[in-house]
Amino acid sequence: MRYDMSLPWWSWALMGAGLVAFVIMIAASIRRNSGVKRSLFAAPYSLWMILFTIVPVVLIGYYAFTDASGAFTLDNFRNFWDSNYESNKVILDVMGEAGADYITRGTVNVDTLVYSLWMAFLCTVICLLLGYPAALFMADRNMKLGSSLVVLFIIPMWMNFLLRTIAWMSLLEDSGLINTFLRWLGFDGVQLMYNSQAVLLGMVYNFLPFMVFPIYTVLSKMDYRLSEAAADLGCNSFKTLYKVTLPLSIPGVVSGITMVFMPSVTTFFIPRVLGGGNTMMFGDLIESKFLTEGNWNVGSALSLIMMVLILISLSILRKADPNNDGGGIA
Amino acid sequence: MKKLLSVFLLLALLLSAVPAGAEGVVNVYNWEDYIDPAAITLFEQETGINVNYMCFTTVEDMIVQVEANPGAFDVCFPSDYIIERMIANDMLAEIDYANVPNAVQTIDYLRKPDYDPDEKFSVPYMWGTVGILYSKTMIPDPEHSWATLWNTEYQNQVFMLDSIRDSMGITLKSLGYSMNTHEIPAIMQAKMKLIEQKQSGVVKAYQVDETKDKMVAGEAALALMWSGDAMYAIELNEDLDYFVPVEGSNVWVDGAVIPKTAKNKENAEKFINFLCRPDVAQMNCEYICYSSPNQGAIDLMGEEYTGNHVQNPAQELLDKCEFFHDIEPKFLKIYVDNWNDVKNAK
Repeated sequence: MRYDMSLPWWSWALMGAGLVAFVIMIAASIRRNSGVKRSLFAAPYSLWMILFTIVPVVLIGYYAFTDASGAFTLDNFRNFWDSNYESNKVILDVMGEAGADYITRGTVNVDTLVYSLWMAFLCTVICLLLGYPAALFMADRNMKLGSSLVVLFIIPMWMNFLLRTIAWMSLLEDSGLINTFLRWLGFDGVQLMYNSQAVLLGMVYNFLPFMVFPIYTVLSKMDYRLSEAAADLGCNSFKTLYKVTLPLSIPGVVSGITMVFMPSVTTFFIPRVLGGGNTMMFGDLIESKFLTEGNWNVGSALSLIMMVLILISLSILRKADPNNDGGGIA
Repeated sequence: MKKLLSVFLLLALLLSAVPAGAEGVVNVYNWEDYIDPAAITLFEQETGINVNYMCFTTVEDMIVQVEANPGAFDVCFPSDYIIERMIANDMLAEIDYANVPNAVQTIDYLRKPDYDPDEKFSVPYMWGTVGILYSKTMIPDPEHSWATLWNTEYQNQVFMLDSIRDSMGITLKSLGYSMNTHEIPAIMQAKMKLIEQKQSGVVKAYQVDETKDKMVAGEAALALMWSGDAMYAIELNEDLDYFVPVEGSNVWVDGAVIPKTAKNKENAEKFINFLCRPDVAQMNCEYICYSSPNQGAIDLMGEEYTGNHVQNPAQELLDKCEFFHDIEPKFLKIYVDNWNDVKNAK
């Protein structure tokens, strides 16, 4: 079987235009004083942002506030609050008065959002508790194993996260490695998968590096003489950590929290693989609105609500790192 | 010199990526793992047409993609009720049977099916039933009824399908309704029954593609499953067996269709005709393990096929089964919302 690897015409056009623009700008910058502003170099990037960030967000906004025929409506947001909103209308339409018995408020969307936020919160807290000591350890100059630990954190990231999640499945299943081993030892098997704990485990596993590395970067850039000075002035090691290292590492912690919390809230796939589809997360819900139900309007409304929530949490986090020392992610 | 060479190499690489395409291409959009790869190679060798092969995992996904990308697909393999919907929405091109002479091989049972009564738009590719796959050691003698999936003795032993029509459909059937019902009280009753099943703790997971391999590994005792996946699992693990419950079930057909927007209709017809050739139909049937709609292939396979109760179910059982019909969008919303309630139930 041969796969068609040829690129569509527009991708050639885009790449060509980008190349031409780039060459022109380089040529212009060689001749100094030619009046070309350096900010022009950002033009391809801006174009990219407009095409693939601004336009999609505008489209999501458009779909969220329109119905299937394109007319303005707020029904999609009513649907968020009452997931049976549309079918209740059909029931009343078809059955009239008798339909009233079958009308209930659907709590699917709200429940799923609350569950996702709760799971994301737990995941962030666990990642912070596990990741901060790991980052401390890695950044410690006296610790010879520190740099090996960095490598050990990076190596699994070379593999796609879907595959790593599926690998967890073959460890945790009832007929998986851990349970086979337990039975071989003569114990009863335990149910490790198909529940929220397994989903949480998968999330922590996947997102832990995103907590460790920002903290590690900030810690390793920290002036170690500060801790030495603290020790000279009579701080024990715990007090040094508490009074010096911790406050200085806050920017890293903030961007770590952001980088874990955001993908956690929008997690999908992990609940399906490790949770056995028993409880959906918000990402799964949005996916099914678009792919299974073909209901782009409600799907967009849910996405918009998600984005607004993330923006709010970002602006709260931003207060903790006003100078963007953690890389300005929050 | 080195630079020049690298530029040449880069150019050569780019050029080789562009297909020769003397006989053109055919863009095939099929279910995941739903053709013998050797058949594609054979088709390319015989005709010189390049097959651009793409896959989907649910038909709902497929129809969304076909609508969103007109012209991207020449042959698709939707299920019966999706074919019905695509016909109703005027999305399909009529097949010119002069170019598909092998279509006469279709078995009588699937001629003029009620989702495409004039056989204008689709040629059956594979068909099968929905039933229960079970482990003979864990459950030696299961009751041949849908009630088996609700039996609380089998705590945490049931894999359900994360598929709206299938899971809702068999529940409706077990309650004595049609799988295609538009009766709102019936749909509600089915939802309550599915929530009861979830809360009673018999369900282990709601999934689709993972189930067959997990059943082979002995992960659970019972699974709601399509006959083809069941056949695949049985071949890998002799401890498994399959039955269609006596209340009746769903008979589904996946047919080859050509979207109206297709750019290579002739190649599409050549491809469909190729798939209907008995030896190719046999290759695919043996690879996929679903039931074949192709009389020529069935004759070639002989006793091995006709004696197999999974692939070749008894006619009296088939008589109790129904095809899925497309449900009107507004009623489908009720199905969808109720299924989401089931998924959301704690």
